[in-house]
Amino acid sequence: MTGPPFWEKPLLAIAEQVRFLGAFFRNLFRPGFEWGEFVRQCYLIGYKSLGLCGITGFILGFVLTLQSEPTMKEFGAQSFVPSMVAISVIREIGPVIIALICAGKVASSIGAELGSMKVTEQIDAMEVSGASPMQYLVVTRILACTIMLPILTLIADALALLGGWVASNISNKVALVVYFNKSFSSLDFSDLIPAVIKTIFFGFAIGFVGSYKGYNSDRGTESVGVAANSAVVSASLWVIVLDAIAVQLTSVFAYS
Amino acid sequence: MKAPIIPPTANDTRRTEKFPENQPVSAAQNNQQEVVVDVRHLAKSFGKNKVLTDLTYQLYRGENLIVLGKSGTGKSVSIKCMVGMLQQDSGSLKVFGEEVKDLDEDGLRELRIRIGFLFQSGALYDSMTVFDNLAFPLTRVLKLKDDAEIEKRVKEALEGVGLADAVNKMPSDLSGGQRKRIGLARTLILKPEIMLYDEPTTGLDPITSREISELIREMQKKYNISSIIITHDMECARITGDRIIVMKAGSITAEGQYDELANAPDEFVRSFFQPA
Ligand SMILES: Nc1ncnc2c1ncn2[C@@H]1O[C@H](COP(=O)(O)OP(=O)(O)OP(=O)(O)O)[C@@H](O)[C@H]1O
Ligand SMILES: [Mg+2]
Repeated sequence: MTGPPFWEKPLLAIAEQVRFLGAFFRNLFRPGFEWGEFVRQCYLIGYKSLGLCGITGFILGFVLTLQSEPTMKEFGAQSFVPSMVAISVIREIGPVIIALICAGKVASSIGAELGSMKVTEQIDAMEVSGASPMQYLVVTRILACTIMLPILTLIADALALLGGWVASNISNKVALVVYFNKSFSSLDFSDLIPAVIKTIFFGFAIGFVGSYKGYNSDRGTESVGVAANSAVVSASLWVIVLDAIAVQLTSVFAYS
Repeated sequence: MKAPIIPPTANDTRRTEKFPENQPVSAAQNNQQEVVVDVRHLAKSFGKNKVLTDLTYQLYRGENLIVLGKSGTGKSVSIKCMVGMLQQDSGSLKVFGEEVKDLDEDGLRELRIRIGFLFQSGALYDSMTVFDNLAFPLTRVLKLKDDAEIEKRVKEALEGVGLADAVNKMPSDLSGGQRKRIGLARTLILKPEIMLYDEPTTGLDPITSREISELIREMQKKYNISSIIITHDMECARITGDRIIVMKAGSITAEGQYDELANAPDEFVRSFFQPA
């Protein structure tokens, strides 16, 4: 007897995820949105990741400035450093780094939390009582991620610019206002808007993957670890893939 | 535990119209004939694992039906089919005369409100206090808005299981027996007509087990709940059971009263009743 063809499993997995996505949207628009839980998740996802994302952003700007200054100096282009750092951080590095950090921190914790709720039958109990775990647990988490990730990224971007200012102050004193003016001189909305839109999708992917892996984890305690782990792996992968798509799209629409 | 766990209120006509408050309810005398759960030729497999082969039994209104059977014979699977968590491959499973498999999302939700399901672990929501655990079905399922009403019902439910002082504790601060009681209170707060108990006493000490068993009996008498009780605990079966069925290899091999089955000619059936 031959087993099922090799492509059966991945296809089934994709079908499952599409169904999960459909269930998300159905529950999103159902009456009785869980405001309390949504706010709580925003706090947990956003506020609790603020320190990590902020420090990362600051160091990012600091290091980028320190490393590019000597090279730019050789070309006599030292005055371009602030705007170069600003462009690279806001367009690309900031969104991707923060999304990868959140893929590690947030997706894994959502995966582990929902996974353990699944294993201990809490999700089943909620469903069997006639309540909607999709609405209470999943919609709130995915939405919170979708909203908090752009905010976290913007904060990290701002701190990266601050880090750049601190770094450039080591070699020669420059006022913060002057530095920020220089930074923004070559930035405009066509840089910021695609970057923000991109992070919205990153946030959605992180929330979605974390919830999906947790919600559909197997029985047995080891599956909690599996859910958390595979949530990080898939979420990181999604971030990279979405970024590649976003870069293609923005270069077609924004710069043509 | 004198106070009724959930007294019928004015706006909840479901139970009162069928069972006026002071009418003595006796399963055996009054409504033995009304079938609330009707399982016929139920079959269910997972891949090659044939769990249920040909399961047929009925649950009558107001009775406590004990289900015995070795581990892995599909006892839990069969009651999960009753609330639509799993779907059978073939056969029919009717609850209140309706085929569970054919219900749509709304129909299933309505059915689930009328059925209580006690999970083995209690399945308390870890991130919420005991109060929020009990309030959850009230606000999410019954959509109650009045805080005073919610507080009143939670308090009564907790008094009903004798744990009124645990109201502000987190589930992690409770013992296994306490969790199970809170789980029971959370299920009963929706006033189910049918209760499905999955091993209500497993993992508890003999004294707590007996208390839970007596609680199950009490709930049955007070609210005329019809229950299916899956258990390995013969004392629980003796205290709570009106009728016992024994499952083997996905179908029923024996049915009867406690004393009948304890002296059954079949070795396998008798073995459940002998001390290990
Ligand atoms: N969701 C599922 N997916 C795959 N297999 C399952 C699932 N649920 C149960 N099974 C399998 O069905 C069989 C019966 O499980 P079930 O939980 O009904 O046993 P049980 O009679 O309740 O046993 P126990 O007394 O140990 O609880 C087991 O072999 C189990 O592996
Ligand atoms: Mg079981």
